[in-house]
Amino acid sequence: MSSHYEAPIREPLILGEKSYHDISVDVGAPILGKANKSWWIVFSIALVAFLWGLGCIVYTVSTGIGVWGLNKTIGWAWDITNFVWWVGIGHAGTLISAVLLLFRQKWRMAINRSAEAMTIFAVVQAGLFPIIHMGRPWLAYWVLPIPNQFGSLWVNFNSPLLWDVFAISTYLSVSLVFWWTGLLPDFAMIRDRTKSPFQQKIYGILSFGWSGRAKDWQRFEEVSLVLAGLATPLVLSVHTIVSFDFATSVVPGWHSTIFPPYFVAGAIFSGFAMVQTLLLVMRKVVSLENYITIVHIEFMNKVILLTGGIVTVAYLTEYFIGWYSGVPYENYTYLSFGAATGPYWWAFWALIICNLIVPLTLWVKKWRRNILWTFIVALVINIGMWFERFDIIVICLSKDRLASSWSMFSPTFVDIGVFVGTIGFFFVLFLLYARTFPVIAQAEVKSILKSSGARYKRIRESGKDLAGTATDKRTSTYAERPASLSVASNAGATHHQSTVNADVLVDTEAKKAEIDMMLARIGTYDPATQTPDDLTKISGVGPVLEQKLHQLGIYTYDQVSKMTKEEYDLLDEIIDAFPGRAERDDWAGQAQKLKN
Amino acid sequence: MASGNVLHVLYNDDDVLMKAVKEIRAKKYRITEAYTPFPVHGLDKAMGLPHTRLAICSFIYGLIGLSVATLMMNFIMIEDWPRNIGGKPSFSYLQNMPAFVPIMFELTVFFAAHLMVITFYLRSKIWPFKKAENPDPRTTDDHFLLEVDAAGHDIDSLSKFLYETGASEISLIHNEEHA
Repeated sequence: MSSHYEAPIREPLILGEKSYHDISVDVGAPILGKANKSWWIVFSIALVAFLWGLGCIVYTVSTGIGVWGLNKTIGWAWDITNFVWWVGIGHAGTLISAVLLLFRQKWRMAINRSAEAMTIFAVVQAGLFPIIHMGRPWLAYWVLPIPNQFGSLWVNFNSPLLWDVFAISTYLSVSLVFWWTGLLPDFAMIRDRTKSPFQQKIYGILSFGWSGRAKDWQRFEEVSLVLAGLATPLVLSVHTIVSFDFATSVVPGWHSTIFPPYFVAGAIFSGFAMVQTLLLVMRKVVSLENYITIVHIEFMNKVILLTGGIVTVAYLTEYFIGWYSGVPYENYTYLSFGAATGPYWWAFWALIICNLIVPLTLWVKKWRRNILWTFIVALVINIGMWFERFDIIVICLSKDRLASSWSMFSPTFVDIGVFVGTIGFFFVLFLLYARTFPVIAQAEVKSILKSSGARYKRIRESGKDLAGTATDKRTSTYAERPASLSVASNAGATHHQSTVNADVLVDTEAKKAEIDMMLARIGTYDPATQTPDDLTKISGVGPVLEQKLHQLGIYTYDQVSKMTKEEYDLLDEIIDAFPGRAERDDWAGQAQKLKN
Repeated sequence: MASGNVLHVLYNDDDVLMKAVKEIRAKKYRITEAYTPFPVHGLDKAMGLPHTRLAICSFIYGLIGLSVATLMMNFIMIEDWPRNIGGKPSFSYLQNMPAFVPIMFELTVFFAAHLMVITFYLRSKIWPFKKAENPDPRTTDDHFLLEVDAAGHDIDSLSKFLYETGASEISLIHNEEHA
């Protein structure tokens, strides 16, 4: 149909022979399967870091913020650097989901869910710092405009710090409902796919009873669009207001009209770098390479290139104006004996190298499409953007207008511990999310499958009609047929073993015959009398491989235990990702043990 | 739904579904509901659903948020306890308004976004602990279900016609509570 048309020059966004059902299976796999070892290792490390940070926070609060490296001159340093860094990271999520939605960018579909999750988790980390910095976090409610017991004195609404309270809490709550509303159909998919009653109950509650009526979808799309329209100026306002914290002051180096746009660009820059860092790992760990493709990575690199360019121009403007103004305070902050050559020269040059120079390599298409290099650049930008905030805050404060109060800042172990703790907390949340939430907005990906899927692009280019191509034999035999009406079934001409649904894996009749012969040797699975075993208990079999074995009609330990070299070779041939180690790991022997 | 009998007609392709909806409506059969796993573009139009007015609601909620912010700033900063901050005394709302723009903007967005989402949840009857109502679990995976009113129609010829539109499965549902 013409409505699915997309210019052939556009690269496919969904690779492989994916049907709608495949998307459900692939997105559901990490939730319905078991966590692998690497997940547990990374989770434990993150948890330890989080607990260490928690200890440092408890120490700070119980002893006082004197345990930090702050002094009379430098009253904001490590904590506010971390705050601005985390808020900045929290920008890419809403940008991807809102701005790219308004621009109708289809590539956002595969990454918006995780980017939004990242936003929420990052803003949570950011919020911790001002609250801890208060010293008495239990009095944090004093920033709210509530009539209080000290008379009717109100909070100061002329202060950017209070604007921050409103901006960030609005941003966090709006991002949260945006994220959750988008999650409803995907939770519903998990609810309807899982066989565990516990998961059915949990995802039933989480999905708010989403049923997917036509009217619900119409409202859903309208709500998404309006929320995107609201979130776009919102995301710009948040970092603008964060920059006001500095720009409205009189500190040289802070008092700068360029800050709002420059902070926003820097936030998007660092946010995309963090999205890259997370997604490059996640697509591998939960096998979503067909959805988060090299095209997505390249598009994100282009955004990084654009926002990095804006940041670079902003830096150069600041240095030029510092020199051109002839104001010694401004000038020193950036040039002469200031940042570049002063005691903090290393922080200054770290910023220049990480944010200005290294990202320039992304102009080369080959490097932009290199996954390892992208990962390295993303990490470098994360570091560089931290130094940017450190430079602005600490260097500018360290030498103010009164030479007698010049000072240096060095962090204590508590400063560092709290920061490490928030990184740990962030990853704890993100890893839990990756195991329990649909990490890809599968309903939205399904809606672009026919226009941007590799398989459908090919069908369309061969001149065939797309109508009817979404049929998937695996789901057509899923439920009990109703008894009241006879059902016209278009079963295949040749009859194969009924437990085999291997159409995605094999295409020739000869191969299907070989599978039938294999099942004749190792035994067929009868769903009426037998229950499937958990094949992932065999070392070397993950949820994805288990699903492929299911497609070939292999469900029980008994069947696996009868495998010989002949079967291994056939599996090797049929399954692309078959590790070729079945023989080495001795699956048959393992299955024999598990059987008993 | 005057009569109790409806047909649940399953399709497994969105293009086939769209074509079928047009054919069914051309034959003057009544489609009472459609369940789909993802937003099928143009389905609401093909089914003849009216536009949603949620965007208008959101605009009104935004205006309410703006008014709340204005009244709040005026009361707190001008009337209740005027202060002289940085040599800028709080005499009139109009003169001090520029400092309140960020708050006015944030509250506008806050009201518009949250009240619209709450309206959406209430109108679509979705909330925690609500039971899902899709008749077949495959409608959140890769199947599309149309609920066709069978009242006053010969069920055999109707289902024959529906199979011709490309339906993969059809089942007859007796709704006793409506009988």
